[in-house]
Amino acid sequence: MAQVTFDPYLKLEHLAGHADVTRAEKERLISKVMADRRFPDYLYGCYECGICVAVCPSARFYDFSPRRIAQAAARVDVDLMFQQMEEDIWECSQCFSCLRCPRGNNPGGIITIMREVAVEEGRRSAKTALEGYSRIIYKIMSTGTQVSPDMLQPDAFPDWGPEVKDVSENLSLWRRALPPETHHTTSTGWDVAESTILELYVIWLETGALEMIKEVDTGIHMILEEIMEERLEEEGIEI
Amino acid sequence: MSDAVGVILSKKQKFERTPDRRNHDFHEELFALEAAGELIVQRVSDDFVSVPTKYGLQKKIQRGHLWHHKSCGQCGHIPGYSTSIFWIMRKLGYDYDDPRDQTSCTAWNYYASATSNQAAQAAVALRNFAAAYETGYFPLIHCGTSYGHYKEVRSELLHQPELRAQVRKVLAKLNKEMVIPEEIVHYSEWLYAMKDEIASRSILDLSKIGVTVHPACHYYKLVEGDAIYDPDVYHGQRTAAVSGLVLSLGADLRSYSTFFDCCGFGFRHILVQRDFTRSFATLRKIEVMKEEADPDVVLTHDTGCVTALDKSQFATQAHERNVGIPVMSEAQFAALAMGAHPFKVCQLHWHSTNYRPLLEKMGIDWEAAWAEFQEDLKKLERGDQKYLTWADVGV
Repeated sequence: MAQVTFDPYLKLEHLAGHADVTRAEKERLISKVMADRRFPDYLYGCYECGICVAVCPSARFYDFSPRRIAQAAARVDVDLMFQQMEEDIWECSQCFSCLRCPRGNNPGGIITIMREVAVEEGRRSAKTALEGYSRIIYKIMSTGTQVSPDMLQPDAFPDWGPEVKDVSENLSLWRRALPPETHHTTSTGWDVAESTILELYVIWLETGALEMIKEVDTGIHMILEEIMEERLEEEGIEI
Repeated sequence: MSDAVGVILSKKQKFERTPDRRNHDFHEELFALEAAGELIVQRVSDDFVSVPTKYGLQKKIQRGHLWHHKSCGQCGHIPGYSTSIFWIMRKLGYDYDDPRDQTSCTAWNYYASATSNQAAQAAVALRNFAAAYETGYFPLIHCGTSYGHYKEVRSELLHQPELRAQVRKVLAKLNKEMVIPEEIVHYSEWLYAMKDEIASRSILDLSKIGVTVHPACHYYKLVEGDAIYDPDVYHGQRTAAVSGLVLSLGADLRSYSTFFDCCGFGFRHILVQRDFTRSFATLRKIEVMKEEADPDVVLTHDTGCVTALDKSQFATQAHERNVGIPVMSEAQFAALAMGAHPFKVCQLHWHSTNYRPLLEKMGIDWEAAWAEFQEDLKKLERGDQKYLTWADVGV
């Protein structure tokens, strides 16, 4: 006779993979996800209707399902949630089409939290997903804008057509041919005031956002920390 | 026609909101917190247009004296997008502030890489709102993601005292007050509110221009109650942003079956997994539009959507897929209709998919316009002037 406490819907441990990670460690990570202030607003139980899958762009091209994310979280299936953290969450497009859920769930939001935990903990999945992403993190945190004109290089975007080469070759001149006074920049989207950038540094340091990237990208963390502390010290701003 | 079909069609022709679907009005908590001295609400001025939102609540859109919260992607890679928004506002005679005291919403670090957190994102939003408040201008958000994200942040701040306390401490370090605007307004909502005024200044006959609209997910899916829905546009069953303006301009608005699908941008994907973005943008959006509606142009209202839909078509053509529709924001399209220069204002040379046949069909001589732009560039190269100015584009 089966044990009455056995839940047949939970991921069987021997099928969950990641045997190198202890159950206690998985529980520690998943409890961090569930303890997040946003989590209660993102999950109300799953009807398993599949509407979120039907509208999900990532589900069409990856082995990915927002329904599985909501189901696993609703059942507190630690093994499955950990497996998703390591294998699935970076496929999500973060478009939030899944908010069409009739139950009011937000699988995309659950993924946002799972990703943050994966980054903060320096999980391998996060490091792999963010390979080639250092420049963007650096740009946002150091300048307050992320999509800069000088990112448009033909070797980085060969699939975007010959216009990228035109932009790259004429960048400085074409930026001067923009009427808005704030747009004459090439390394930032617009001209951000120096005092504004310093205020942003205070935010990154005070909220622990800079500390979040320490495990996942040590090099960028060191560079940014040095820049921020140096600039704030010059201005006499204490953290 | 059977009775059953008649009933269905009559429902579609006359849209009625169901009261029990109406969402909660966030203003109650907002004003209660203001009354308790917890925050300042930046009020919409008396000069506003009232527009309908998804569940029937009215939203106030301030006409002028606006603080432009710019988009990094628009300013960086699609500069004709932001330039067109400014140009229309100048052309209509509304004053604005284009601030340097503004960061992006930094949501790339939230939705793409998860290298930020809830408190940091809320602090960034409130720093920008406080900066707007200090100028006396009311914020107008250019980016769909910033708009959606700031609404998420507002909701979290209104319901989580711990978050408010955390952010208040950060703002104190910056000597800034906690300010939340009465409404969070996207530029496409401003264009919608001004649509009749814009249409009255149109100088082109657009009745033969077939248009499909891609609505931005972060505009109408994130905190969806704020988005504009108009019973006169798609019978109130799809957001009226963009489409309402297209109809006012007299263009031929065409429907297609994957209207509600995302563009495939994906944040992380557009940079490091573009095969996904390209596949989704072309197979689920562009090809479907082409097959079902055969439009002359795709209009949308967000940075990422213009990028994903426009840039994905070049490589896809190599696979002999049925693509090749120019993509731009409705701001650029409206500016063209009002006589804006296609290169000096709309900056279409930054776009990828061929837009020249569209311009020809709109009655715009792009070859002459390009020659004019080249002359201006020569002036800049010679040092006759350092920058192209608003005076050079007639506003």
